[in-house]
Amino acid sequence: MPELAKAAKETNAWACYDCGKCTATCPISRIGGNYSPRRHVLATNLGDRQGIIENGTLASCLTCGLCDLRCPAEVSYTRLVQRLRELSHREGVEPECPHGGALQSLMRMMAQGGTQQDRMGWLSKDLKTESEKGEVFYWTGCTMYYDAFFPDFQLTSLNGTRAAVRLMNTLGVTPVVSPEERCCGHDLLWNGDRKNFELLAKHNVKLVTDSGAEVLVTSCAECLRTWNVDYEPFFEGKMPRIMHITEFLADPAYGGRDLKFKAGDHRKVTFQDPCRLGRHLGIYDPPRQVLKTLPGVEVVEMKHSGSRAMCCAGGTWSNCDRFAKQIQVKRLREARATGADVLATACPKCQIHFRCAMKDPNLGAEIEIEMRDVAELVADALE
Amino acid sequence: MMTTRNRPEVKRKPPNAARTWDPSIVVFACNWCSYAGADTAGVSRIKHQPHFRMIRVMCSGRIQPGFVLRAFERGADGVLVSGCHFGDCHYVNGNERAVEQFEKTMNVVKLLGMEEGRLRLEWISAAEGARFAEVINEFTDQVRKLGPSPLNAKRQAV
Repeated sequence: MPELAKAAKETNAWACYDCGKCTATCPISRIGGNYSPRRHVLATNLGDRQGIIENGTLASCLTCGLCDLRCPAEVSYTRLVQRLRELSHREGVEPECPHGGALQSLMRMMAQGGTQQDRMGWLSKDLKTESEKGEVFYWTGCTMYYDAFFPDFQLTSLNGTRAAVRLMNTLGVTPVVSPEERCCGHDLLWNGDRKNFELLAKHNVKLVTDSGAEVLVTSCAECLRTWNVDYEPFFEGKMPRIMHITEFLADPAYGGRDLKFKAGDHRKVTFQDPCRLGRHLGIYDPPRQVLKTLPGVEVVEMKHSGSRAMCCAGGTWSNCDRFAKQIQVKRLREARATGADVLATACPKCQIHFRCAMKDPNLGAEIEIEMRDVAELVADALE
Repeated sequence: MMTTRNRPEVKRKPPNAARTWDPSIVVFACNWCSYAGADTAGVSRIKHQPHFRMIRVMCSGRIQPGFVLRAFERGADGVLVSGCHFGDCHYVNGNERAVEQFEKTMNVVKLLGMEEGRLRLEWISAAEGARFAEVINEFTDQVRKLGPSPLNAKRQAV
């Protein structure tokens, strides 16, 4: 199949020498799932289209990128999975979407457009924003939808979003927050729905280009990866600089280091590296730097941290099963083992999935830990 | 081979004939109360507007946001969720679950910018045939007033 051959070439899959490190490191395979990255690489190289689609485990991949990191032949398995899912989506094979496909429906409806979304309702009066033009664009992501959709976890991802805008205001920046923003399409892309992803991408790229922004800041690691990597081909002119809020705060150019904090009690904070921020984009230090500037905060590391960090096991809304649950519980136990008071993260999805795992009626008390967004912690410590 | 000889000839309207717009509505009904209520309406020969498709589920508690959103995505102009009255649920408290799910759905639908009036939750028992007809008429009129779904507008223009 020429398509598979092309995919093999572009993702370096042809270089695979069948060592099996990918399967050995894969969190799903390690925990016992009937899933093997190596099998997909091999099938791609053999041109075995049917084998890939009928195997039925394509949606199991967390796309966490751990195998990419370990592969000695530099095969980009996550990119390969993206391609293979597109292929299987075209054949009509879709992942069994958790939450009844509600979130995928939402994204497709946004791609379709036609309604005026309520994307500004979360802004409190003390926050200053522009609605159309400005130098810095703040990309909110879909946190308002998540908070509305997951009331059972007491999810407060919007607090992180508000905190980010408050911090930018404190640094003298009035960011653009647009009511016309739509979902970045990250999950559709990783589910294989290229058509709707492109609709969203074109809309969003035009929106940001028209705003004249030179910098785009976001609090969501997934939006960050999408803007940085997947939106690149949609830009005609110059791309704005894409930054995560922690990068923005750590950047000396924006004065984040001169923020004045009030004295705080001694607290231990541990950081969950989101896979999109860490392994996909290589951003490990800025969130830690930002946390370390807070008075009284001691940053402690989990057993697996930085590039070895474990994934929240639900990045693309395509896989939520007993294996994902086991990974989440394992990770939360690691967080508890550090003796940390707070588990900080930089991606709303990590919050959703860990908070869900904490709801377990049997394990709840053993794995519960306070979860906050990094920006939230910083904004709370402001004078 | 199938034959169509005995079928009455269908007279189609010419495609350009001006037609009044009728909403398309999806009604989710639980097996034990609302679906039977619709049946009662039918058996009692109560007239009501016909612009809805009914989807039967075992319990209204099964109707999760995904179902409703998918209906809107596929072009529904309105969605009615119906189940047993409180205390009458065949599964004891399934309709309480339905309320939770409905609230979530409503939150998201509002965020999306769809009008609240396009989504409704009603309790209809198996005996309430007349009430079923009344709810359907009322809801259909309400959605008709709101016009075609904004999501749909583009698609219809094409």
